Amino acid sequence: MNDVKIDISGLRKSFGSVEVLRDIDQQVTAGEVVCVIGPSGSGKSTFLRCVNLLEEPTAGKVVVDGIELTDPDTDIDAARRRLGMVFQQFNLFSHLSVLSNLTVAQRKVLGRGKAEAEAVARENLERVGLADKAAAMPAQLSGGQQQRVGIARALSMNPDVMLFDEPTSALDPELVGDVLAVMRGLADEGMTMLVVTHEMQFAREVADRVLFMDGGGIVEQGPPADVIGAPKEERTRSFLARVLNPTHTEAAPTE
Amino acid sequence: MAVDAPPTKSGPAKSGMSKRQRGRVIRGTQYAVLIAVLAALAVLADWGRLQEAFFNLDVAAGLFPDVITVALVNTVVYTALGFGFGLGLALILALMRMSSVGPYRWISGAYIEFFRGLPALLIFLSVGIGIPTAFPGFSLNRNITIMLSLGIVGSAYMAETIRAGIKAVPGGQIEAARSLGMSPARTMITVVIPQAFRIILPPLTNELILLTKDSSLAFVLGSTLDQQELTQFGRAALTNFRSMTPILVVGLCYLIIIIPLSVVQQRLERRFGGGADKGSSGHGSGT
Repeated sequence: MNDVKIDISGLRKSFGSVEVLRDIDQQVTAGEVVCVIGPSGSGKSTFLRCVNLLEEPTAGKVVVDGIELTDPDTDIDAARRRLGMVFQQFNLFSHLSVLSNLTVAQRKVLGRGKAEAEAVARENLERVGLADKAAAMPAQLSGGQQQRVGIARALSMNPDVMLFDEPTSALDPELVGDVLAVMRGLADEGMTMLVVTHEMQFAREVADRVLFMDGGGIVEQGPPADVIGAPKEERTRSFLARVLNPTHTEAAPTE
Repeated sequence: MAVDAPPTKSGPAKSGMSKRQRGRVIRGTQYAVLIAVLAALAVLADWGRLQEAFFNLDVAAGLFPDVITVALVNTVVYTALGFGFGLGLALILALMRMSSVGPYRWISGAYIEFFRGLPALLIFLSVGIGIPTAFPGFSLNRNITIMLSLGIVGSAYMAETIRAGIKAVPGGQIEAARSLGMSPARTMITVVIPQAFRIILPPLTNELILLTKDSSLAFVLGSTLDQQELTQFGRAALTNFRSMTPILVVGLCYLIIIIPLSVVQQRLERRFGGGADKGSSGHGSGT
């Protein structure tokens, strides 16, 4: 594969004696959109958080743009600037205005001047459709607006890769669409994206590749038409049946 | 009451009074007790003597303007010095307490346990008398002595308050800062400490109020007339005027300092409102 952005090999993660990730190998190439789906507790969020080392992997290597993040001598703060992260709970800095949320890291981490940082911030607010909210405080925004600010904040650092950790799971249903639209726009612009999501429609339409995780491992992967459209594995099938048709399922099948 | 009526949930109780009626009787009794106590106080107290002792307007007039221009100003200055120094020291102590370097944690823990456990008076005595004794020829300015003493007392309490505030900042805020490439120190300064101070505004105001009153302990250092703070000024006036009125005046002066502080606290809280807990979870907060 050429132009590999993220190269993960032999990734393992345990919390105490509980093994959450077992031996994951994955590569994400530039411009690729990879959606990670799977039941809760399958380790998909932990997997994503291992990519920017918010979780310290127990074993294995994470290489981003040729820099090994898991090397203890790597400047992790410098490496994280390439990786934008969007959280389920938005995690906007609640003591700062929207504009300051977008400029603070540009100024303190990238050393950009005030004027430049604000210009970049306003450009990104425009991009997520919230140019008029620059002066608002996060608490004054709806969840969907907060999440779009969260995306704009990550974009303001000009990352190479964007990581999304269930970006719409904490939103009221009618607010999900705006956030997904912004993400779809990013994908169309060629951003490399790794997205943990429960939005099957989004995965089906936007993803280049879908990973189905269960029990800490990747059970099935491939183009969305295969994994979501025609899953081979029984575990994928039963998960999709429950997700796509939640009111018409019997109790989860057991093996 | 019909004997054959089925038991109902909300029918009249056995006493013949409904819950609402009983509530009214109870509330009426409470008002009656309150009025009786106030009436007894009004009748039994010797208002004439009280007025002479505490509300002697001539004596009160004689206290002005010094009670404001000297005593109240000194109280405010001493408190500000002590609180400023104490807050800075407390922040350092709180960060030491959470340091990954063991000895810092132990030193900070020992400091807090030690100075939290001692009466403020002892600290004033040891700083005011102990330091000049220990280092002959080295004399501390009186204001510095007060700043150190009050600051040491306050910092021991405030360090724990600040630590609690820092711990109360949601972990998601730290993760967001780190994933934007901020170092741990930068995250602490830019994100955690500002939010922690918003959380601990009420207990910090409490501490400022306590220090305002502790500033009265400056009397143990001795003072010239223009160094007197409110309590000492009041005590001196007590002997000069042979009336209790200075106590009342001085007490009112403390309230003049402290009540605005509470108002400022409420203003600040409202201004920085929409706390981290509400702000970051937003609509339909999940797991």
